[in-house]
Amino acid sequence: MQRMTYSFPEEVLEHVFSFIQSDNDRNSISLVCKSWYEIERWCRRRIFIGNCYAVCPTMVIKRFPEVRTIELKGKPHFADFNLVPEGWGGYVHPWIIAMASSYPWLEEIRLKRMVITDDSLELIAKSFKNFQVLVLSACEGFSTDGLAAIAANCRNLRELDLRESEVDDLNGHWLSHFPDTYTSLVSLNISCLGSEVSFSALERLVGRCPNLRTLCLNRAIPLDRLANLVCRVPQLVELGTGAYSSDMRPDVFSNLAGAVTGCKQLRSLSGFWDVNPAYLPAVYPNCTRLTSLNLGYATIQSPDLTKLVSQCQNLQRLWVLDYIEDSGLEALAASCKDLQELRVFPSDPYGVEPNVSLTEQGLVSVSEGCPKLQSVLYFCRQMSNAALITIARNRPNMTRFRLCIIEPRTPDYLTLQPLDTGFGAIVEHCKDLQRLSLSGLLTDRVFEYIGTYAKKLEMLSVAFAGDSDLGLHHILSGCENLRKLEIRDCPFGDKALLANAAKLETMRSLWMSSCLVSYGACKLLGQKMPRLNVEVIDERGAPDSRPENCPVEKLYIYRTIAGPRLDMPGFVWTMYEDSALRLS
Amino acid sequence: MESSDKSFERNNGLNLKATELRLGLPGSVSPERDDGAEDNNWYPSGEVKSLVSGDKRGFSDAIDGCSGKWVFSVSGGSEVDLCKGGGLFSPRGFNVGKSLAGSEGKNQQEGVAATVGKVNVTQPQKPLQEKRPQLSTPAAKAQVVGWPPIRSFRKNSMANHPPKNDDNAEAKSGCLYVKVSMDGAPYLRKIDLKTYGSYLELSSALEKMFSCFTIGQCGYHGVPSRDGLTERRLMDLLHGSEYVLTYEDKDGDWMLVGDVPWEMFSNSCKRLRIMKSSEAIGLAPRVMEKSKNRY
Repeated sequence: MQRMTYSFPEEVLEHVFSFIQSDNDRNSISLVCKSWYEIERWCRRRIFIGNCYAVCPTMVIKRFPEVRTIELKGKPHFADFNLVPEGWGGYVHPWIIAMASSYPWLEEIRLKRMVITDDSLELIAKSFKNFQVLVLSACEGFSTDGLAAIAANCRNLRELDLRESEVDDLNGHWLSHFPDTYTSLVSLNISCLGSEVSFSALERLVGRCPNLRTLCLNRAIPLDRLANLVCRVPQLVELGTGAYSSDMRPDVFSNLAGAVTGCKQLRSLSGFWDVNPAYLPAVYPNCTRLTSLNLGYATIQSPDLTKLVSQCQNLQRLWVLDYIEDSGLEALAASCKDLQELRVFPSDPYGVEPNVSLTEQGLVSVSEGCPKLQSVLYFCRQMSNAALITIARNRPNMTRFRLCIIEPRTPDYLTLQPLDTGFGAIVEHCKDLQRLSLSGLLTDRVFEYIGTYAKKLEMLSVAFAGDSDLGLHHILSGCENLRKLEIRDCPFGDKALLANAAKLETMRSLWMSSCLVSYGACKLLGQKMPRLNVEVIDERGAPDSRPENCPVEKLYIYRTIAGPRLDMPGFVWTMYEDSALRLS
Repeated sequence: MESSDKSFERNNGLNLKATELRLGLPGSVSPERDDGAEDNNWYPSGEVKSLVSGDKRGFSDAIDGCSGKWVFSVSGGSEVDLCKGGGLFSPRGFNVGKSLAGSEGKNQQEGVAATVGKVNVTQPQKPLQEKRPQLSTPAAKAQVVGWPPIRSFRKNSMANHPPKNDDNAEAKSGCLYVKVSMDGAPYLRKIDLKTYGSYLELSSALEKMFSCFTIGQCGYHGVPSRDGLTERRLMDLLHGSEYVLTYEDKDGDWMLVGDVPWEMFSNSCKRLRIMKSSEAIGLAPRVMEKSKNRY
């Protein structure tokens, strides 16, 4: 071995390593020997940190001094559903400060569920001379003033993507801060913004950027203006419309149709807020080119939806509201043989009675007709074991399966039995299943199936399910590749958690809310497992003020080498060995 | 469940008692909790009470002592339903023992709400303009926080623009999360406006949420009033208090909370801010003007 390492100069090894992009592979390389560790760390350019509190900025910078691209994730996934109180954390500013001095050549920052302020954005704009990509996914804490700083200063910006972030939308002037000399825009997604941007500034911007490929507008952009924009960007690959409604005017229609048809490379359409169905035919000529269609906000009825999707024979991804109904999904199954991903969102999630005719049958049809279907998110009101078994048998290639039966604890509507066997079939047949979300009436039995079969499962979401700690024990002891587990409203308590404490160090994180884990167990876990942060989140006040066997409201456990964090709000306590540091 | 419990222990070589990781002192037996699935009541009955009493120790004192902190004008034009019971009210951040608001039903919520010192009004202060109808439409059952799991962005998009052709568009659809900030507080909250039916419910909820920031400034009223809204307390609400509740409406203007009927307010409110009274002085005249224009 010694001969081997001296036979290749570092530059050669570095060159070889540059072909290895996957983080896991890079990690493996770095374990081979010390010199490979050293070479690898100096040439790693891309960092992914799935939990911003698992490590601290100085540690990252110390090990990887030449990073160009960083991706950080902050809040737990359940923050999307308002289960994580405001102020919990996920602040990116400390990272920006550290990187501003150590990574002057940083090019790309991608954040998910983090809090980023205008100060951070300004610091980014001023610190990184070659800054190119900013993606803020489900982030918050900043305003359009921060965006103005980015626009004004980042001359090499290629991508600005604000997907689903909560922006303090002061006004639309920020867009005008892109200087007239700025021409490098490739991708712009402002679909989450509420207010109108300066339309003429937008027109000039898109007109002078020849490499623009992705343009996702916000709802405030009216339909009659869309054509003017689109015809300036015939090279568009991805278009997100604004509000897709207007009084029916032939000139608007023909302009729009002409502009959209002119985009010969168009592959992806989204937006479609407030759709006036009369305008849908404007996109028909493009349908056969489309591989991705997001109609998740399109409040149009089944016939219009069906007509549209039936023409998209090359569709790979469809996001749609349940207005599509079973009949529309049948048509989808018949027309779109390349479909890989389907998401069906509820149009009226809080209504008690179903407002549309969408049942388990729609999903069964798609599973039968679409041989490449591997990713499903499906909201519906009824399900049966028979349907789930059919789906499982049809689609053993399924990798992501998320089913949300809207009413918690709904049994098989045919037999009134729990849906254990149905989900059991899913995990048994779909051997490569990576992500699973459960719903409906479920006993400990389903967890036994999951623990037995779901060996490739990496993320599991559980709600209103199970009978006892046995359920949690099956998951933790059986799912070898489990990285993220999130649980709400399940009768899981201390036993399974404490018995499988070591497992938690092999996972990224565990979230449990409205379960039965006691404060005492949390303390014990915190004391025994120094490489875990055991965070008790409780808005009722200090857990010390209640008996030890009292269940905590919410619990977030994650592995970390950074120790307990210091930016916790008053309703979060980290369970600690050193009780002096435990705040009450 | 007991037998399968033991068998799982045996089969997996798992002897929980022998592992270090258990509650209590070595040698003692930790209190067995009922893991059986006999009933849906996950919490042993003793637990609920202790949870509630714990809650009282934490926030209730602050609330009882600190009420009257919020000022908003309860003018003639607003709906003040002082008789509304605990039904829909429960600040969603508080999970006091019962986790499923949806399935437990109104009685449970009222019981819990009463014990934590909710203002339960018995004596209306002003003649009611119109009694708010109970949210009786079947479509509007109490919602569980974060369920169904739909992202806020989607929820707010759909809530602001209810789908056309939807008969239920009239009824309460979905929820509407607005941010609530308070001057001087280190972090803000998000609340779902649709869970409240009146200004009073909103005010009580906000008091609870933010009282932990103002404990130091408490002491305005020493006498905790748990029976209901006394005349004195309502007057304190109206006059001279440290904080004022304001909101940003759809037009981007900042207004005092309380001037317009609740429905109108909840439909146009984008964000709330608990402002120091001293800063809100300039607000009033504009509000009056705007209201005039509205009507």
